[in-house]
Amino acid sequence: MKSWIPPLALLALAVALHFALPYNLAFLTRILIMAVLVLSLDLVLGFAGIATLGQAAFYGAGAYAAGLFAIHAWADPIAGLLVAGVAGAALAFISGLIVLRAHGLTLIMLTIAVAAICHEVANKARDLTGGADGLRGIRMEPVLGLFEFDFVGQTGFWYALAVLATVFAFLTLLTRAPFGLSLRGIHESPERMAAIGTSVYWRRVAAYTIGGAIAGIAGALSAQVTQLVSLESFSFTLSAEALIMLILGGTGRLYGAVLGTLVFMFVHHWAAANDPFNWLFVIGALVLAVVFFLPRGLVAVPTALKRLGGRDAGT
Amino acid sequence: MTLFLNILVDGVAYGMILFMISVGLSVTMGLMRVVNLAHGGFALLGGTFAHWFAADLGLPFWPALALAIAATVALSVPLERVIYRRIYGFTDLQQVLATIGLTFLMIASVNLWQGSSLLSVPLPEGLKASVDLGFRTLPVHRLLVIAGGLAVVLGLWLLLERTRFGIRLRAAVDNRGAASAHGIDTDRIFMAAFALGAGLAAFGGVLGAEILPIDAYYPLRYMVLFLIVVAVGGMGSIAGSFLAAIGLGLLETAARYLAPDFATITFFALVIALLALRPNGLIVRTS
Repeated sequence: MKSWIPPLALLALAVALHFALPYNLAFLTRILIMAVLVLSLDLVLGFAGIATLGQAAFYGAGAYAAGLFAIHAWADPIAGLLVAGVAGAALAFISGLIVLRAHGLTLIMLTIAVAAICHEVANKARDLTGGADGLRGIRMEPVLGLFEFDFVGQTGFWYALAVLATVFAFLTLLTRAPFGLSLRGIHESPERMAAIGTSVYWRRVAAYTIGGAIAGIAGALSAQVTQLVSLESFSFTLSAEALIMLILGGTGRLYGAVLGTLVFMFVHHWAAANDPFNWLFVIGALVLAVVFFLPRGLVAVPTALKRLGGRDAGT
Repeated sequence: MTLFLNILVDGVAYGMILFMISVGLSVTMGLMRVVNLAHGGFALLGGTFAHWFAADLGLPFWPALALAIAATVALSVPLERVIYRRIYGFTDLQQVLATIGLTFLMIASVNLWQGSSLLSVPLPEGLKASVDLGFRTLPVHRLLVIAGGLAVVLGLWLLLERTRFGIRLRAAVDNRGAASAHGIDTDRIFMAAFALGAGLAAFGGVLGAEILPIDAYYPLRYMVLFLIVVAVGGMGSIAGSFLAAIGLGLLETAARYLAPDFATITFFALVIALLALRPNGLIVRTS
């Protein structure tokens, strides 16, 4: 399969969905924003092999940074994205310096703890963040000075899609560059990479920081499009769901992250619409099914089918 | 001085609850190498059963507690057989995911059965009474929690150091292959240890319901807390879990008394600092 086919197919699918579900643009935009978050997790976990359950920390930092920047300084969306990216990157760099010294379970623990601290800070700093009521009153200027955010969500959708495509393209280049290749190497065997003179620790910090910047951009998108930031941005559930989406799609391939997000969000939406109380059943069962039957995610399905076909052909 | 004694009593009681619930997790993670995020779910199941027996069926507190533990253990054994046994060999991440999925299923089941409201376990009059300690009055229930925690420490120590089961369990933890070659049925040992951990979680969940209230989202809300106890204590170390639980209980209680607005932040900041200095926990198992 040519490497540019899956992303183009997904792009076409997004455009098609826009026209197929014109009254669900808010939901589709939510999917696009989550896809950006899950892509950031794919860089950190899928490529650099850093098991984290705290990606929401950077998403939330970006959301609050973009919201506060729009309210108090400048309501330009693109400037807001940059500020949020810097905020996410700064938090990821500082926390990464400590967190990435640990391994295995302790590492997972520390990432959860960082997000929990952010949650608590946002909750306590009521004067600045609105505490449990959330940050309200975000009014955005038009995107690029041309496109007003409308009530239907047209602008929000195309804006989020453009950001998603840009992030996707950036990550494609990054993961094919020597830096991305060294991350893969570190994922496979940190000892070997250290032996050939790579600074494993600093590359992990770098990957974690870039991942934080992208998660921050996802948070900013959410703040700008919904004009609201709530404490949920920092929640453990958000981190866990992003992880589930990534594993569902398959780690280490960028389009896998997008595919996983798409499938998870639709299943979630469908389950919640059918029975708002027990959608956790469906999600729980889905997660177990993926872990047991599809450990490599949806992206591995074609390969598995091909191998099945290959065996029939006697190869 | 009174403040200090208050912190001491409340902190130790809180720490005992943390210990009872987390020690099973420490054993599971140290022994079977499973990152079991669903462990708090067994405390939830214990609390839910106790609520059902006591509040819905009208049983007295003690039989309700015993039956709740029995019911949780009875559920944990088939779960270990069907699900956990398969994920022992998985990577950390897959175990995290599988057990998160299991947690979701537990939450949804309790939600379906008992709804999402608070599941209280009515205490008998004797436990609701207060005793005068000289510097303050204390509900008898707190004393029971402290006594229960000490009994669990002592019981576990005797079980591990003084019984045949303990010897086999320690052998299986240190080297599963060698233990199995000596004719120890490690499968059954693991199953028994898992059931023990689930039972302790249920016990801690019910006893601690006054301090950590039970509702359907209990396992997600306190997951981080239980994991922190295990990570700080050192996986698989019962003494470490005890030290960590009491220490963290005192730390959080002190923070709540002294700087209530910053309690959670102080707590997490100190935990991060500690884990940054000792990534493998207070007591490192050498095997």
